Parts: sequence; C-alpha cells; structure tokens
Amino acid sequence: MKQFFLVYIFMFFGGLCFGQVTVYEKFDDMESAIMTDLSPDTTYVINFWATWCGPCVKELPYFEELNALYVDQAFKQILVSLDDPKKLESKVIPFLTKNKIQSKVVLLADGKANSWIDKVDPKWSGAIPITLILKGDERKFYEQEFHSTFELEEQMLLLFNK
Amino acid sequence: MKNLINTFLLALLIGVTVTAQSGYKVGDTAADFTLKGVDGNMHSLADMKDAKGFVVTFTCNHCPYAIMYEDRLVALQNEFGPKGYQVIAINPNDPEVKPDDSFDNMIIRAEEKKFNFPYLIDEGQKLYPIFGATKTPHVFLLDSKLEVKYIGAIDDNARNADEVEDRYLANAINALEAGKNPDPSMTKAIGCSIKTK
Repeated sequence: MKQFFLVYIFMFFGGLCFGQVTVYEKFDDMESAIMTDLSPDTTYVINFWATWCGPCVKELPYFEELNALYVDQAFKQILVSLDDPKKLESKVIPFLTKNKIQSKVVLLADGKANSWIDKVDPKWSGAIPITLILKGDERKFYEQEFHSTFELEEQMLLLFNK
Repeated sequence: MKNLINTFLLALLIGVTVTAQSGYKVGDTAADFTLKGVDGNMHSLADMKDAKGFVVTFTCNHCPYAIMYEDRLVALQNEFGPKGYQVIAINPNDPEVKPDDSFDNMIIRAEEKKFNFPYLIDEGQKLYPIFGATKTPHVFLLDSKLEVKYIGAIDDNARNADEVEDRYLANAINALEAGKNPDPSMTKAIGCSIKTK
C-alpha cells in the first residue's frame, strides 16, 4: 500500500521519493502536491529548514513535539528541506534517522528561489527558518525561529481553535 | 493569562515584522559607515573617492549560501573593479553566537579565498539593521552618490554557477554603467538568517 502511494505521488506530482523524503524539482510541483486543495478543517504547519541551518535544527524538536501532540487530530505538519538534493542520501536522511524525525519531510530542489520565494509569502526575505500556518482561508507567516514548543503551539492554536 | 500571552506574542510578531520592513529601499540614499577590515584598517565608502558604485554585500564565513558565492564575488570584483565598481563584503553576524564568523576567522577565510575586496566586520551589529539586511548573502548596489539602486541576490542559481541564467547583480551594474535604472531592482534568494543574541 505504501509503495502504491509513493508511486501515486511520483506519477501525479512529479516528485521523486528517496526513503521517506519526496524530492520536488520545481516549486510549482510541490505547491500543487502539498499546498493546494487543503482540507478546510485541518491546520497545516509548514516549516522551511535545512540541515546546514543552525536555528532551523535548533527549533526542529519543538515541531516534532507539536506533531506528536496533534498527530491524531485535524493537523498536518510538513518540513520542507532546502538542502542540496545531492546531499539527500549522505546528509539529510542520516540526519532524519539520527534525530528520529516523525513529521513528513519533503525536499525542494528548485534553485530558482527568486521565482518562488514570493509565492510562499511576499513578506519572506529568503532567510530560513520560516513557518507557515494554514487553515481554510487563514494564513500566518513567521520569518523567525521558535524558542519553545509552547510558543509554536500557541501560534498554531490561533488557527486550530477557529 | 492566555490572552495576555497572545497579546505579548502578537506584539512580538509585530515587532519582528516592523524590523523586517525597516532598512533601505531602492531609491534611498545610504549613509556612509566606517568598519574594520581584515587588513586591520578602517574602511569608509568616502575613502574610495573615484568609485562609480559600491556592491555592499552582507556575507559571512559559515553560511553555505555565502560560501557558494565567495568565488563569484572575487570574479565580480575582477570584472567590475576596473570599471570603477567596488565590492565591499561585510560580516554582520555576532561571533559569540557563531564563532566561525569571528574576526580572526574572517582574516583566515579572506586569505584562503584570496578576497580582492575589503572584508569588514559589523562590530556591535549596528550597520546591518540600517541597511535592512536580513540574511547572508544579501547585496545592496549603491551608485557614486550612495543612492540604493538594487537590492537582493547575486544571480539566480546559488548552487551551480554554471547554470546561472540571470546575473541580476552584474546586469544591475551594467545598467548603472549605461546610465539606466536596474530592472529588476529587487530580487530574492535563500540565505542564512543574521545571527544575533
């Protein structure tokens, strides 16, 4: 069943799967796969990060904790890695394994960042980490590092409780 | 209590947003500055009297995206230095947060990469908020009168210099040289957040 699902993703969205990580060559493919046709009752937390980004790695445990707290509810979390796709198997997957990351992880390989940064949010300067929290038509954007699970959860609940 | 915390977080968020929006916009005139370089000397824009323009680049030692552009900054100085445009690299990070970005490590890095432009330290982190730099690398192209003409990325492909299609910064300098305003005058790229306590 899992195999079938992976093949499905690959065929329809042009992403390529390595282990638990789907790679998107183009931002638009990732956007149509994970950021459109969202369930209106579900709160989505989307975090852009990379293994080389110190503040990103520091805040990941808070995201993992949030995911564990809400995984059975109308909640979905996706960690979008901006790592070099060439380092997926040598760096990203070992990092995810070592840190026992349970959240869904995808890798965005699209190097033409100027063409897609504004599509994520016009306020985004390009620095990471950033976090998007989405529910229905509501959308919150944070170009900042979170410093605790509580701080992150508090922001998530602003939409989750609506 | 919860409301109080929400209010506090909202205030914090507004604070962050306002900070992100401050800094120079295209068309603003930058103020000159004096910073210490890896050569041990103090550097100001006014020292470079004959310059037709300045490529003020916030960059650092540790950030992978900054490292990807080191050779391209050297190449830009080789290409545009003779035409009167000066690359100036500034490290805005707090070395206590990121020891790789200490002044001593800047000296080592500048030597290793044979930087052919001043590499300055933003001691006390006072300059980068004035410019409105948010990440490394982050480029501000100024003309001879210190008017900001272009803000953003060096080109459209950080990971692979051979696959660059748009040399945003080089095109912007060529526009200045031709007496025109750069188009685009603003671009965006992925970078490392500026490290502060």
